[in-house]
Amino acid sequence: MSDPVRRRKEHIRAVQSLLPFYPESASNFAPKVDAVFLFVLTTCLFFAVLVTLLIIYAAYRYRRTSPGEVGSTGEGNMILEIGWTVIPLFISLGMFAWGAIVYVNYRTDPTDTLNIYVVGKQWMWKLQQPNGKREINELHIPVNRNVKLIMGSEDVIHDFYVPAFRAKMDVVPGRYNTMWFRPTKIGKYHFFCSQYCGTNHAEMGGWVTVMDPSEYSAWLSDEAGNVDPTSAGEKLFTQLACVTCHLGNGTGRAPSLNGVYAGKVLLADGSIVTADDAYIRESILQPKAKIVAGYQPVMPTFQGLVTEEQILNLTAYIKSLQSQPVPAKGAGIAPATTGKK
Amino acid sequence: MHRTGALYGQFKTLEQQKDTATLGMWIFLVTEVMFFGGIMLAYAINRHTYFPAFAMGSNTLSLFLGGTNTVVLLASSFTMAMGVWSAQVGKKQLLTIFLSLTLVLGFVFLGIKYVEYAQKFHHHLVPGRNFDITYCVNNPARCDDLSPSELEVEREELAKALNADPALNSHAQLYYSAYFGMTGLHALHMIVGAGLLLWLLKESLAGRFDAQYNNPVDIIGLYWHFVDIVWIYLFPLLYLIDRHK
Amino acid sequence: MSTASITSTGPALKLPEKHYVNATYGIRSWLLTTDHKRIALLYLASVTFFFFIGGFFAMMIRLHLLTPNGYMLSADTYNRMFTMHGVTMIFFFLIPSIPAVLGNFLIPLMVGAKDLAFPKINLLSWYIYIIGGCFTLYSMITGGLDTGWTFYTPLSTVYSNSAVAPAVVGVFITGFSSILTGLNFLVTVHTMRAPGMTWFRLPLFVWAHYATSVVMILGTPVIAITLALAAMERVFGLGFFNPAMGGDPILFQHLFWFYSHPAVYIMILPAMGVISEIIPTFARKKLFGYHFVAAASLAIAVIGFVVWAHHMFVTGQSTYAALAFSFLTFLVAIPSAVKVFNWTATLFGGSISFDTPMLYAFGFLGLFLVGGLTGLFLGTLGIDIHVHDTYFVVAHFHYIMVGGAVMGYLGGMHFWWPKITGRMYPEWIARIAALILFVGFNLTFFPQFVLGYLGMPRRYHVYPPEFQVYNVMSTAGASILAVGYLLPMIYLTWAAFYGKVAGPNPWPATGLEWRTPSPPPTENFEVTPVVTWEPYDFHHRPDLGLEGGAPQGPAVAPAHGDD
Repeated sequence: MSDPVRRRKEHIRAVQSLLPFYPESASNFAPKVDAVFLFVLTTCLFFAVLVTLLIIYAAYRYRRTSPGEVGSTGEGNMILEIGWTVIPLFISLGMFAWGAIVYVNYRTDPTDTLNIYVVGKQWMWKLQQPNGKREINELHIPVNRNVKLIMGSEDVIHDFYVPAFRAKMDVVPGRYNTMWFRPTKIGKYHFFCSQYCGTNHAEMGGWVTVMDPSEYSAWLSDEAGNVDPTSAGEKLFTQLACVTCHLGNGTGRAPSLNGVYAGKVLLADGSIVTADDAYIRESILQPKAKIVAGYQPVMPTFQGLVTEEQILNLTAYIKSLQSQPVPAKGAGIAPATTGKK
Repeated sequence: MHRTGALYGQFKTLEQQKDTATLGMWIFLVTEVMFFGGIMLAYAINRHTYFPAFAMGSNTLSLFLGGTNTVVLLASSFTMAMGVWSAQVGKKQLLTIFLSLTLVLGFVFLGIKYVEYAQKFHHHLVPGRNFDITYCVNNPARCDDLSPSELEVEREELAKALNADPALNSHAQLYYSAYFGMTGLHALHMIVGAGLLLWLLKESLAGRFDAQYNNPVDIIGLYWHFVDIVWIYLFPLLYLIDRHK
Repeated sequence: MSTASITSTGPALKLPEKHYVNATYGIRSWLLTTDHKRIALLYLASVTFFFFIGGFFAMMIRLHLLTPNGYMLSADTYNRMFTMHGVTMIFFFLIPSIPAVLGNFLIPLMVGAKDLAFPKINLLSWYIYIIGGCFTLYSMITGGLDTGWTFYTPLSTVYSNSAVAPAVVGVFITGFSSILTGLNFLVTVHTMRAPGMTWFRLPLFVWAHYATSVVMILGTPVIAITLALAAMERVFGLGFFNPAMGGDPILFQHLFWFYSHPAVYIMILPAMGVISEIIPTFARKKLFGYHFVAAASLAIAVIGFVVWAHHMFVTGQSTYAALAFSFLTFLVAIPSAVKVFNWTATLFGGSISFDTPMLYAFGFLGLFLVGGLTGLFLGTLGIDIHVHDTYFVVAHFHYIMVGGAVMGYLGGMHFWWPKITGRMYPEWIARIAALILFVGFNLTFFPQFVLGYLGMPRRYHVYPPEFQVYNVMSTAGASILAVGYLLPMIYLTWAAFYGKVAGPNPWPATGLEWRTPSPPPTENFEVTPVVTWEPYDFHHRPDLGLEGGAPQGPAVAPAHGDD
């Protein structure tokens, strides 16, 4: 392109980077959303400017000229009333219709999608590719392919939002929500949690990396970053010295973890809890929160010493201990009772 | 605003005062409809989603006690209406009698409610830590207020419900949340109603009401009838789900 | 400013000897009053107190957001700041403000009554408000609340580590204050109007409060039961909204928004009522399309009840539901548009002056226009996907609630200050303050529209650095806004004691409230008025002392004792 045109484009981009007005457009929805936005914007701007000018004009033209002056009798005008009721009604219907078309398209998942499983939990995202490869707070996807996210939450309501894709959907505990999009531009784009979920809501984001399809396949089949969580967890269990207290035969300072996963644990205060992922995570990070009956509160906290991914690996390892023989004494397992939740 | 006799200072005539108070009570009752409506909606949605659990929960309620309470409240609405009529025709003594009867019936209702609640506590049917829908079936000795045939019915219903819904216990808690929420709210309104009736009784004993001035009786009667109608809804919604025995 | 008024002849005006403020003395005469005017002042003190608290939290938010990396507050503290800002401002300032202060003071005067229908219930509603406020203050003192003012479950009922229960109980209790106020207003308008005050002679302020009261009595009980269930879930472990027990968090959202959407109409309708009084007064012209404006108030109240799930377009609810609610949302915008057009048309052919209340009315028109139109963006399904839960929403509702409702509140305070206190506020400082407010407000909130479209989510204590420029702009605007709020608090207080004596009708305006001394006597009118004129009629009111309209018989019924 010619010099002045290039310089002008660079200038616009520079200004835009200082005072941007809209995010990048990187999905099939971005131009659709931007188009309906522009339609609504220009229509509203037109009426806003019109009314403002009318007000300014009237304020000037009909300003008071003497202290006792009054205005005209002014009755009303049925035609005007009907007019400015019906015309905005039709314009609104137009806005509704255009927005509805985009929305229905957005809520109708196509059949040929690359499915990614997403789990939101306080305060991180776990994403799983179709071949089982897992990511945390990162999503790698190929360009120009329909991608569907199947999302669940482990605790509270979250929301997966990619501004550059103009796509967002709540992640609600107790159900699955799906969303789809087709990335159209290679690059890295922010995603955010967009439903307030507690302390670190603002830090619960990450990056969507849109790649060339061949690069994506290469990345997908690369096992280097993909360690089997269970064996990684087993290594950590030794490395972090968990094994010195949590002896499998129940004679250690801490309860044996054989068979504990998904079972009932009897706590010191008499209550019974289920040893699910959340319980294991809490036990690692805040061991004093729930003390198992018959044991001393001596476990140190690993807050700041383990990453979320390491917690996942440890959990995977503890899960694998479900099938190990449970010692007669020294597990934290609650005695069998009837009908508890 | 000061009063002259029965007329409050902001009003010009007793008629205006009467119309105002009556309209005020009707609008208040509309707000009560919206209040109960919210919890009834929550109930309706959960009943639809977890029907087996709700049916099971309903079966653990005593039809006899609930039915008696329904008759008691209907009777109390009758005595209340008779009280209003007595006031309107100026029969002051009759008014006092009917108001007392209404109050007594109200206390009977609350007493029966207390018995039912106490039973639920004993049977581990209060939502919370030791909620256990199977408690009585598994520990018949502890639930000795239930007859063997009642226990047998409960055992059958429980088996059927567990079959339909393996997570029965937690869903049954939703039924009991609705039960305690709705009947508790209703009982609270009954207690307020009893307080209002006590006041009415006191005024009536002082001879305050006659054919010219009886609006307080009328509008408190409206409140009492409303509370009765709420129970008429609660009874089938809570006690009569899927009963065939 | 006109110097004409009903008792204008002669030397400097004097305050009436006995009026509602000096009628009786002592703290008991205020705390046990049943005079609607004194109760209005009690409310004024309390809502101003909560406005300061909510404003303090706002200051914390904006200062903290000057940098992207959260330098000032911890995440938990910031989360408590925005939550308590929302709870305080919505439940303890915006919802009561105009109805409980101006509505309480003016409605009996405007309909020609001695007091509201139920004066003792009016006092009770203030005490209920105070008790609810105490619970909420207790929550703030014992660690605060960090769930967002929307209390979404299961975060609020199971996971939050903050003082949820006292705050929820506080809001629950205060709801009954709202219900009783609405009940009082509805009954008063039905049964306490003076002779000749027919429905279509009522000021539009009264129509607006009638519509608001309908919303209050139908909607508030639903939030009450919802919060009660949420509180029981938190304290006793019931499970309606907890998925771990089979409950449904979306059910909470439906129940919550069923009230909280109409609640925004509780906040804006009274402000619209104020504007409908100010514009005819300062254009000295009948309001254009009185009947349409009255009908529009009722339409907003009714249609406002069926749009709630437009807050839930991305929850995964059915597409059909979303389509229905989006359609209805556009319908509810129409009556508001009709009102704006009618107010604008009133100006044409008028005789317009630019006193402070009129400046606030102009400000309202501009800001409500932006706020209302941006509501259309949010109602458009395709756009909402992108901007839901971003700063776009924050900007939209602040334009309506601050640019609309607060401007209406301040405009009303200035307009009726002479009636309430008997004294005028200083005009030039007031105009400057209004302008400062307008500038500060736009600088604070307009950049937030851009932030929202760029993708900055709301309720974020840290944000990506590319959003910083707009955040700094917004904070700069907020500091100007703060000055704009402090000024009226200072000079209105000063004016209440030292301002120029105003007389009964300084503007002059046409309502019944201006036909009684300023400040009014306790019983409002010495003689029950008999209304024979139409509202906002400047041409048949020789008592106003303006040019225009031949006198057509006495405008006031001859005094024949209090009937």
